[in-house]
Amino acid sequence: MTVTDGAGGPDGATALAAHFDATIAHDQRIEPRDWMPDGYRATLVRQIAQHAHSEIIGMQPEGEWITKAPSLRRKAILFAKVQDEAGHGLYLYSAAETLGIDRSELTERLLAGRQKYSSIFNYPTLSFADVGVIGWFVDGAAICNQVPLCRSSYGPYARSMVRICKEESFHQRQGYELLLTMMRGTEQQRAQVQDAVDRWWWPSLMMFGPPDDDSPNSAQSMAWKIKRHSNDELRQRFVDMTVPQAERLGVTLPDPELRWNEERGHHDFGTPDFSELMRVIKGDGPCNAQRMERRTKAHQDGAWVREAAAAHAAKNRGEEGSAA
Amino acid sequence: MSSDDDHVYLSLAEGHADDARWAFGTGFEDPLHGVDTTLPEGVDAAELTALCLALADDALVAAQRLAQWITLAPELEEEVALANIGLDLLGQARLLYARAGQAEGAGRDEDALAYFRDPAEFRNVILAELPNGDFAHSMVKLLLLSSWRLAQLTRLAEHPDPVLAAVARKGVSELTYHRDHAAQWTVRLGDGTEESARRMDAALAELWPYRSELYAAAAETQDEVEAVLAQVLDTARLAAPAATPVSMGRGREGQHTEHLAELLAELQSVARADPEATW
Repeated sequence: MTVTDGAGGPDGATALAAHFDATIAHDQRIEPRDWMPDGYRATLVRQIAQHAHSEIIGMQPEGEWITKAPSLRRKAILFAKVQDEAGHGLYLYSAAETLGIDRSELTERLLAGRQKYSSIFNYPTLSFADVGVIGWFVDGAAICNQVPLCRSSYGPYARSMVRICKEESFHQRQGYELLLTMMRGTEQQRAQVQDAVDRWWWPSLMMFGPPDDDSPNSAQSMAWKIKRHSNDELRQRFVDMTVPQAERLGVTLPDPELRWNEERGHHDFGTPDFSELMRVIKGDGPCNAQRMERRTKAHQDGAWVREAAAAHAAKNRGEEGSAA
Repeated sequence: MSSDDDHVYLSLAEGHADDARWAFGTGFEDPLHGVDTTLPEGVDAAELTALCLALADDALVAAQRLAQWITLAPELEEEVALANIGLDLLGQARLLYARAGQAEGAGRDEDALAYFRDPAEFRNVILAELPNGDFAHSMVKLLLLSSWRLAQLTRLAEHPDPVLAAVARKGVSELTYHRDHAAQWTVRLGDGTEESARRMDAALAELWPYRSELYAAAAETQDEVEAVLAQVLDTARLAAPAATPVSMGRGREGQHTEHLAELLAELQSVARADPEATW
C-alpha cells in the first residue's frame, strides 16, 4: 500500500517524517513503499525522468553514424552502444514508475517541453571522430555524475545506476580506443579528432550544470542524499581525469587557462560560457528542434502500432475470459 | 569526494579487464573458436566464396535497414529488439565475409568486401534492399527474410565446410528468435485494429511477390517457408495476396534496384572518403 503525506493525521505524519529523516541520516535506502515527502518524490521524478529522456534523446547524435560507421567492427560496437542507451532509458523509466508515474506520461511531458534532457545532446555530430569524443567526454562526464548516484538514497534509482555505470564505463573505453586508433591513422583522421575535441570540450564541462553558487536545486538534493557531490566538485573531477588522457592521446584541450595547480592538487581551468548553457537549456541549441522533432515523429508514427498491440492483447484477454 | 566513490570510480573508469559486457546485443565472443579454418578437400573454393558472399550481403543489407529504424521505433522495447536482430545479422555478415575472403584467396577482408565493392558486385536478394516503409512493411519483410534464412541456415549447419557450418549453427538460434519476433508482430498487427490490419494487407500486397526470388536462390527452402508463412498468416487472420508475378528480382546476379546504390552510398561514405584511414 502507498502511504502519502498526511496519512494517519498530524501525529502520524510527524512520525513518518521522523522515520524518513532517520533513514536518510543513517545512509539507508528509501524504497517505493516507504513514506517520503512530496518534494523528495517530485525531485526524484524530475531527475530520473530527465535522465531517462537524456538516454533516449542521446541515441540520436550517435545513432546517425551507425549506418555510416567506417568498418564493420565499429558498426557493431556503435550499434550495441546505442542499443544500450535504449536499455538504460528502459531501466530509468521503470525506476520512475516506482514513484507512481508511468512512461507514457513522462514521454508526453518531454514532448510537450515540460521536462528536459541533457543539453549536451543538442550539439551536432559532424564526423565519425565525434562518436569517439562523445564516448570519451560525454560518457566520461556521465560516469563522474552517475557513480555517486549508485549510493543515492532512493533504492530503485541507486540500483539502476549501478548497472548503467558499468555499461557506461565500457562505452567510455570504446570511445577512447577509437580515438587512439584514429590518432595512429592519417593526417585527416588526426585533424578530425582534434576538431571534435575542440567542439565537445566546453559543452561537456557544462554537463555538470551551473556553478554551485547558481544551482537552485542542489542544496536540497544533497540534504536528501539524492545527489552526493556538488556540480563544481564533479566538474573538477572530470577535468583531472581527462587531462592525462588527452596528453596520452596527443590532442590539445581548447582551454588556455588549463594548468596543474600544485597547491590545490587539482587542475585550474577556464570558466565555461554558462550563458550558452542557459540558451541551450531554454531551447536555442544547434539541434534542439531537430532532436525533439525526431522523437515526436517516432512517437506519433508508432501510435498505431502501440494501439494495435493493446487491442490485440485486449482481444486475447477477452477470449481467455470467455473460455474460462 | 569520499574514498567510497574513488573505489567505485577507479574500478569502473580505469579497470581494463575484458569481462565487460554490453547490456544487450550479441556479445563479441568468437564463434569460430576451435574450428579449423583450412579449406577442406572436396569443397569448391569458388562455390564457397559465392555462397558466403551472397549470405553475407543479405545479412549486411538487412542489418543496415534495421539500423535505419534506430531512434524511430514505435516503442523502446522495439528499439532494443530491432537492434538485437540487426546486430545478429551484422555478426553473421562479418563471419561470412571473412570466410568468403579466405576461400577467395585474394586477400580481401570483411571491410574490403563490405566497403569497397560497388552495387553491381553485391549479391543480396532484392527484398533485403527495399526501403523500410512503415512498421508493417518492415515486419512483413522480416518475417519473409528470417523464415527463409532460417531454413537455409538449418541446412547449411551440415555443410562440409566447417566454418560455414559453425556460422550457420550459431545463426539458427538467432534466426529462430528473429522469425518469432516477426511472427508475433504479424499476429498482433494482423489481428489488432482496423488500421493495423489494413497496413499489413498493404505490406503483404507489396512484398509477397518477392518470395519468388528467395525460392529461385534456394529452392530447397520453399516448402518449409511456405508452410510457416501460411501458419503465421492464418493465426494473424490475414490473407495471402492472390496473384504473384513469376520473377521480380535478380539480386543474386547483381541486378539491383536504385535503393541498393543509395543504401551503399551511405554505408560506404566514411570508409571511402579516406581509404588509407585506420579504424
